[in-house]
Amino acid sequence: MKPLTEQSRTMSPAAWTVLPRMAWPLLAGLGIAILMQFAVGPSVSGFTSQIMLIAGINIIMAVSLTVVNGFTGQFSMGHAGFMAVGGYVAATLTYYGSIKMFGTADFAGGTISWTGSGENPGSIVGKGDYLFVISCLVGGVVSAIAGYVVGLPSLRLRGDYLAIVTLGFGEIVRVLLQGTNPQIQPWKAQEAAEVPFYKLATMLGGPMGFNLLPTYTTLFWVYLFVVLTLIVCYRLKSSSSGRAFLSIREDEIASQAMGVDVTKYKVRAFVLASFFAGVAGGLYAMSIGAINAGDLGFQKSFDIIIMVVLGGMGSISGATVAAVVLTILPEFLRDPPPVWPLGLAFLVAVVLAQAVRKHWNIRTLAGIAVGTAILEGARLYCVSRGIDIASFRLILYALLLIAMMLLRPQGLLGVREVWELFGHRRPNPNPSPDPKPDAAPPSKGTSKATGNPTSKGGAS
Amino acid sequence: MTQFLQTLFDGVTVGCLYALIALGYTMVYGILKFINFAHSDVFALGVWMSITIAAWLGVGAADQPAPAWYMGALVLLGTMAFCGFVGFVIERVAYKPLRKAPRLNVLITAIGVSLLLQNIGQQKFAFGPYPKSMPKLLEGGALFTIADVQVRTSDVAVIGTALALMAALQFLIYRTKLGSAMRAVSFNTRNASLMGINVDRVISFTFVVGTMLAAAAGFLYGLKYEGQAKQTADSMWVMLGLKAFVAAVVGGIGNVRGAVLGGLLIGLIEFFGVAYVSSQFRDAYVFAILIVVLLFKPEGVLGRATVEKV
Amino acid sequence: MNLIARTAATLMVGFGLALSGCGKNENGGSTPAANKPAETPAAASSEIIIGHYASLTGSEATFGISTDNGIKMAVEEQNKAGGINGKQIKLVTLDNQGKPQETQTVVTRLIEEQKVVALLGEVASSRSLAGAPIAQRKGVPMISPSSTNPDVTAVGDMISRVCFIDPFQGFVGAKFAAENLKLKRGATLYNRAQAYSSGLNTNFKEAFTKLGGEIVSEQAYSDGDNDFSAQLTAIRGQNPDFIYVPGYYTEVVNIARQARKLGLSVPLIGGDGWDSEELKNAGDALNNCYFSNHYSQEDTRPEVQEFVKKYQQQYDGKVPDGLAALGYDAARLLFNAMGRATSLSGKDLAKAINETKNFAGVTGNISIDANRNPTKDAVVLEVVNGQPKYKATIKP
Repeated sequence: MKPLTEQSRTMSPAAWTVLPRMAWPLLAGLGIAILMQFAVGPSVSGFTSQIMLIAGINIIMAVSLTVVNGFTGQFSMGHAGFMAVGGYVAATLTYYGSIKMFGTADFAGGTISWTGSGENPGSIVGKGDYLFVISCLVGGVVSAIAGYVVGLPSLRLRGDYLAIVTLGFGEIVRVLLQGTNPQIQPWKAQEAAEVPFYKLATMLGGPMGFNLLPTYTTLFWVYLFVVLTLIVCYRLKSSSSGRAFLSIREDEIASQAMGVDVTKYKVRAFVLASFFAGVAGGLYAMSIGAINAGDLGFQKSFDIIIMVVLGGMGSISGATVAAVVLTILPEFLRDPPPVWPLGLAFLVAVVLAQAVRKHWNIRTLAGIAVGTAILEGARLYCVSRGIDIASFRLILYALLLIAMMLLRPQGLLGVREVWELFGHRRPNPNPSPDPKPDAAPPSKGTSKATGNPTSKGGAS
Repeated sequence: MTQFLQTLFDGVTVGCLYALIALGYTMVYGILKFINFAHSDVFALGVWMSITIAAWLGVGAADQPAPAWYMGALVLLGTMAFCGFVGFVIERVAYKPLRKAPRLNVLITAIGVSLLLQNIGQQKFAFGPYPKSMPKLLEGGALFTIADVQVRTSDVAVIGTALALMAALQFLIYRTKLGSAMRAVSFNTRNASLMGINVDRVISFTFVVGTMLAAAAGFLYGLKYEGQAKQTADSMWVMLGLKAFVAAVVGGIGNVRGAVLGGLLIGLIEFFGVAYVSSQFRDAYVFAILIVVLLFKPEGVLGRATVEKV
Repeated sequence: MNLIARTAATLMVGFGLALSGCGKNENGGSTPAANKPAETPAAASSEIIIGHYASLTGSEATFGISTDNGIKMAVEEQNKAGGINGKQIKLVTLDNQGKPQETQTVVTRLIEEQKVVALLGEVASSRSLAGAPIAQRKGVPMISPSSTNPDVTAVGDMISRVCFIDPFQGFVGAKFAAENLKLKRGATLYNRAQAYSSGLNTNFKEAFTKLGGEIVSEQAYSDGDNDFSAQLTAIRGQNPDFIYVPGYYTEVVNIARQARKLGLSVPLIGGDGWDSEELKNAGDALNNCYFSNHYSQEDTRPEVQEFVKKYQQQYDGKVPDGLAALGYDAARLLFNAMGRATSLSGKDLAKAINETKNFAGVTGNISIDANRNPTKDAVVLEVVNGQPKYKATIKP
């Protein structure tokens, strides 16, 4: 046996590949973002691309929360608070920054952030784009600092304290932001240019919200950050930090005994998630051209938690799919089309998936069939009686949520990723949390759920 | 001085309401280890149900004379019974199947139940979107005045009923067989089941008791703020519930006496903050206190630090 | 590593869902408001589609519902009278749950999917401000029935409104208190988490001090507060002559009752947010209290009497509030402008709307000024046992 150092030297890749290996995720992100902006965006309607934009922001939020709630098994309930922090910082910098630097709060970007109204700016990247991206990143950094301040004390404690503290943090952020002074409107840019910046930073619109911001967020920027978030989080999952995260989720005491600095890793995960939430906040503010603290209260945090849990705790692709589905679902329920084609397609997909994996679960199939039948029946009844379905859509949403949790408590994908569902089971690079000796595999039964990764109930 | 005493009195009254709601949170947390987000909606249901029952019993509006005292008791009992039943159904349908699932799942189900109650409540066939006022169950105005402090009939009713319910709960938990079963289950579920306790039934019972306390709080809230109750989907109910939850945590989550203490503490802090500091940041005081308590005594004022077992 | 493939696969699954979902909606083309099964695109050209975005659910559901009732009535009337140039009008109302973010989605949906020629909405200024920039960018005229914040119409030439603006309403309250009631010492109690309330509070304070009055105490509350005794106790300590309460009726009833219980018997004065039939819940607590409003149901003008009668017929005897009247006026002003416009393109329609002069609405004669705000009178109503009674008219 050769010495370990020599062995590792022969196994490590050649030095010249370092740069391309570092650069390719960026290139991939750029490629997908360009594809989205210039190929997908123009070919769908404005409304569809608007939904795709929101879906992208939700993906960033859900995937970043997966790092905290899914990987480390901690429980944060104030993710929207970090979104608000990052969003307001980015909005302040972009809005008052453009006034200070360009003299007006108008859009000053290039084609990549052009929303398709007004004149095409001509150049690909404008001066405003740099300001916008830097603002978003600064928003992310400030949000990460806030995450550190909130996380460090509360992550030392065990149990649900992080949940409670983050909830409190989110609400305090909301109350403070709603107490800020009225903003200086774009048509008073001259006036604003003379006010010092630290004073401008308190003029954030208060309860009115911070409005009339220049809109830079396009599919390009959103999906650039989506891909970056996905890659960072995915790589993190199988890095040494990621393994430490997962070990904390499985058993905090055992991982501490193995030499994992539990608090350090928890804080690291939390700060990373806060950073991405802050960036998402910046994208959000500059996509609708307004940010309102009242919108980013605990209800928004709950929406994101729902995405994470529905996707399957710890599954990045699951969170992604859930974020997309839950962005579309409420819009879908406004004006429900016939349910049965979708239900049938879903049924066939599940049957195929089960056939491939040779795991037959009749209860799931029956559940889907019965659910589809009930929904379709209710829809037909409402249509025939002329009842406005739109007013029931939130009830329907709530029922679907409960049904989903009861029928599939492990979420859409459990802890696996999409590609692990089909084909031969590749050797799983990640320590899957389900091999608890007494727990059934997640696909097998609905009532027999996976082990209890987050709870430290009496059985320990 | 007058302002101080008046603020103190109002703080204690509202603190009693918080305490009643906090009891429900703390009991469910103590036994199921999850935060029941649908609790605030059961509270809102209690408010609206007591309005509905009172109107159904033919209690008049504000300009009519108040009915006999037992009408109020009847409305209270009816509301508690109805909400207790709703709580039983919620527990059986939405939470019981998830007994062994991760707590986050139960949390999502709770959010689902909360959304469901909110959105059904605001439909026309339920309570409707328009605010309603509580029929007149008590004579309004001050019962008596001490040192310029108004002691109102409704406040006396709130404090009296709340104290009576807390005493009853105290008796239930520490003096009855069922109470020791509840304590046993909350201490260690598995051991309790080994001792022959029907854990599922005890959990259901605890849940129903918590729900009934929230319903009683809803009735008292309706009595105190008889002017108008906002529709069930209004964010104010969730906010009130959150404050009560904070009260439970400050007192020491899972601890019944802590919840009462926390409720009073939060009520007083909120009222003194508004009266003496500024009315601008009312909600921020409550959450700031929460963070301070968690930093210095994370297990809450009366909570016991848990010993880590391996 | 086939990480690219994995990332791409995940994204593709997502977009497959996204596209299939949205695509269906496009083809369906049916609308929630019309409750009709899918219709052919050919039918769409024989009618004019207008969009309304409103809060039909959530905390502020009643505002959206009232406005929508008024608009629906105007649409039905116009269609009965033959529509506009022989074309029937179709109203599409979408709910935004009272959230600015939803508003943006909904407005985009109305413009892009329903291809509306004009938009009506919103009650709350913060949500109008979320929707207005989109309407302006896409060149779709938007008339806000009851957003009183001055910034809303400043967004651009596509945006106009039919209600008066906050500075005027603050002035009306101040003038009424200082000149009609001859009061000197005022206190205010407003909702700091609400743009409407805090905006009106600022404008009132300014106007009242200019008229020689004095603000002795300024107290705030937040969304969801239902206990005002701490603030009222503090106000009581300052002995004001009256309290200005620029909140919504959902809060005012409790404020009034709690003030009376505390022995504060001074008049309360408020704004159009008070206007609702539900004010009856206050009983006698709101006696000797006043609020400024867009119109009075007792007004003897034929437009008003006819509107009140028709509204009560259609909506089970409910008395129309100011929001319903403004919704009705906004829709009728839009139809009037459609009749006058040279074409229904955004530019021409907006031009016709902005040129409106002396339009006889339920809420008064509306002339749109250079800032696309109407100039019209406000009325002050006195609350008598929960019923609003006409008290005074204040001119700009």
